[in-house]
Amino acid sequence: MTDNSKEVSVMPDSINIEVAPVSRVEGHGDLVLNIKDKKIEKLIFRIPESPRFFEAMLVGRNWDEPSHITSRICGICSVAHTYASVKATEAAMGIQPSDFILKLRRLIFHHEMVQSNVLHVYFLAAPDFLGVGSVIPLVKTHPEVVNIALRLKKMANDMVRIIGGRAVHPIRTVVGGFTKLPTEEEMYKMKDMLKAAYKDLETSLAVLKTLDIPDFERETEYISLAQPDEYALYDGTIKSTDGWEIDSQDYLDKIKEKVVKHSTGKHCWANRDAYMVGALSRFNNNYEKLSDNAKSYAKELGLQAPCYNTFMNNIAQFVEIVHSVDDSIRLIDELLEDGMDENKRMVDFKIQPGRGVGAVEAPRGLLIHDYTYNSEGKVDKANLIIPTNMNYGNVERDMQALVPDIIDKPEDEIRLACEMMIRAYDPCISCSTHFLNVKLINK
Amino acid sequence: MGKPKVGIFGFTGCGGCQLEILNLEDQLLDLVSAVDIVHFTEAITEHSDDYEIALIEGSITTEHDVERIEKIGSIANVIVAVGACAVSGGLNCLKNLYGTQKAAELVYGDKKDWIDTIEVKPVDAYLKVDHYSRGCPPNRFEIVDIVRSLLLGRQPEIPNYPVCVECKRNGNTCVYELGMTCLGPISRAGCDSRCPNSASGCEACRGVIENPNVNAQKDLLAEHGLTVKDIMSQFNLYNACKGKNIE
Repeated sequence: MTDNSKEVSVMPDSINIEVAPVSRVEGHGDLVLNIKDKKIEKLIFRIPESPRFFEAMLVGRNWDEPSHITSRICGICSVAHTYASVKATEAAMGIQPSDFILKLRRLIFHHEMVQSNVLHVYFLAAPDFLGVGSVIPLVKTHPEVVNIALRLKKMANDMVRIIGGRAVHPIRTVVGGFTKLPTEEEMYKMKDMLKAAYKDLETSLAVLKTLDIPDFERETEYISLAQPDEYALYDGTIKSTDGWEIDSQDYLDKIKEKVVKHSTGKHCWANRDAYMVGALSRFNNNYEKLSDNAKSYAKELGLQAPCYNTFMNNIAQFVEIVHSVDDSIRLIDELLEDGMDENKRMVDFKIQPGRGVGAVEAPRGLLIHDYTYNSEGKVDKANLIIPTNMNYGNVERDMQALVPDIIDKPEDEIRLACEMMIRAYDPCISCSTHFLNVKLINK
Repeated sequence: MGKPKVGIFGFTGCGGCQLEILNLEDQLLDLVSAVDIVHFTEAITEHSDDYEIALIEGSITTEHDVERIEKIGSIANVIVAVGACAVSGGLNCLKNLYGTQKAAELVYGDKKDWIDTIEVKPVDAYLKVDHYSRGCPPNRFEIVDIVRSLLLGRQPEIPNYPVCVECKRNGNTCVYELGMTCLGPISRAGCDSRCPNSASGCEACRGVIENPNVNAQKDLLAEHGLTVKDIMSQFNLYNACKGKNIE
């Protein structure tokens, strides 16, 4: 289906870049960039990833199955999909989990975010900044960075394992609560694991300060969840830096999507022709809600809200790791004060027909599940809006802004800058859609 | 003999199996030093078409997938299917259940003809598979055991007994006693009964053992006033492509 060759034309004074597929992103995406006489002739970020048809798979399934099914949309953000799904079902049926359950959900939610942000910052993006091809040569050139990454990732994955029963595709995280709770002993163990992470965060800060983040600015619309009293990840209203804020149940009032020919992932837009979601959007909308410690890390790294440099998305991800560690300790203290008691694991509920929307912040940005249940508690209709889909349009517009500035540079540099730009988005294309590979044909 | 060259490839799936390899935090550096990883979509930029062992994640669901899998088959000497999607088609088979064309129309409407999609099939529908690392997600230690076995020239030990064996060893209360359904009696162990450990029913993500005691499953269902029909939905979550053998 991806016949890359037909995009390539050999013309004097023309550059044809194909990044097909882009590696070190979680899905499968191609960048097609044709430049002629120093002008962009054609620029497409294309998703030839195999479509999965989750919206069809869900039809007719029983209310307790969608979270297990949709978790399989993405291995790296399976907790986010699980909770978008669980929340949609709970909203449809009027189920209100207890504060205790919501706190434990926020705790596990933090650690998928940490796991994913660590993987992206250290394994996928850092090799670019440190000038090596990938994490495997990084093992030789920067073993201390790799070891920090492995420790932080293990900490976060172990948190998800303890609370969710498994690091990828959690088991215990169900409609109405948890099938099983962590023990008090496990809660204390998690707190110790979190405290041990600070040393690695400090060392990371020193490494990140030495990175040369490309100088690039393009203001766009930044959309994320927002909450009055916390840095919104698990729940919130949908907020834009363009000044609008809506209840997540009303997402269709603002967020539009369409099928475009070069992509199996649908493209989205809201107030403008494209918008950005992810860590930088969350940071721009919710900076004030970060922990003081995370704010001081941001300051040290030169990240200020609002930030219009897409490449700083990686820095925002790191700042979020710090915030999540801080906030997790707070949550554990509160949960321990409430008392770990198996009787609190679930709320009572009744199966009812209705429609409900579940919106969460996946590591890569706003994620929405929208289900309609019939009176038997089976799915009649499902709509899923995936963060990477939301970013496609913005990736293309960033490229259009980036390329003219670097057009006189050697081919290899243009190729790397384009790849880095796409990787800055941390595109998890398996959601909808695997990797980028720039082919420069002529100049 | 030099280190064997290994390619890790992703087809249609969630990327979770590749992630489980990256999640081998304590063993990842040993793995990377024991073999020469020449392709790993999710983790590295380098790519080579010279490899002996291919670890394949995901199902074959597009014409493009078919071309890619056939090319890998022409290069690799050893094929390892990793994860439910590669092993049995996995959850992707729910698309077949719904109807491929119908699904395309529902999701992409009148633009459905832009979409390349064919009936979902597991890897062994196209290539001879030498080893299977089952499960959704697969057990990451089992992936290491398969690679280690390949290096040592022995057969990996993959359980062929039901999940109930591991579940009893772990001292869990039977999930049926908790008022839920469970496919443990017929499903292949090797996961350390991780779902029942979390007070959840087994969904047979590692498929069915070679000679399942179907009567034991039926008796257990009958004891709790249930029939096979009551577990079919649970069974076809990961086994819709190969789902007729328990009826």
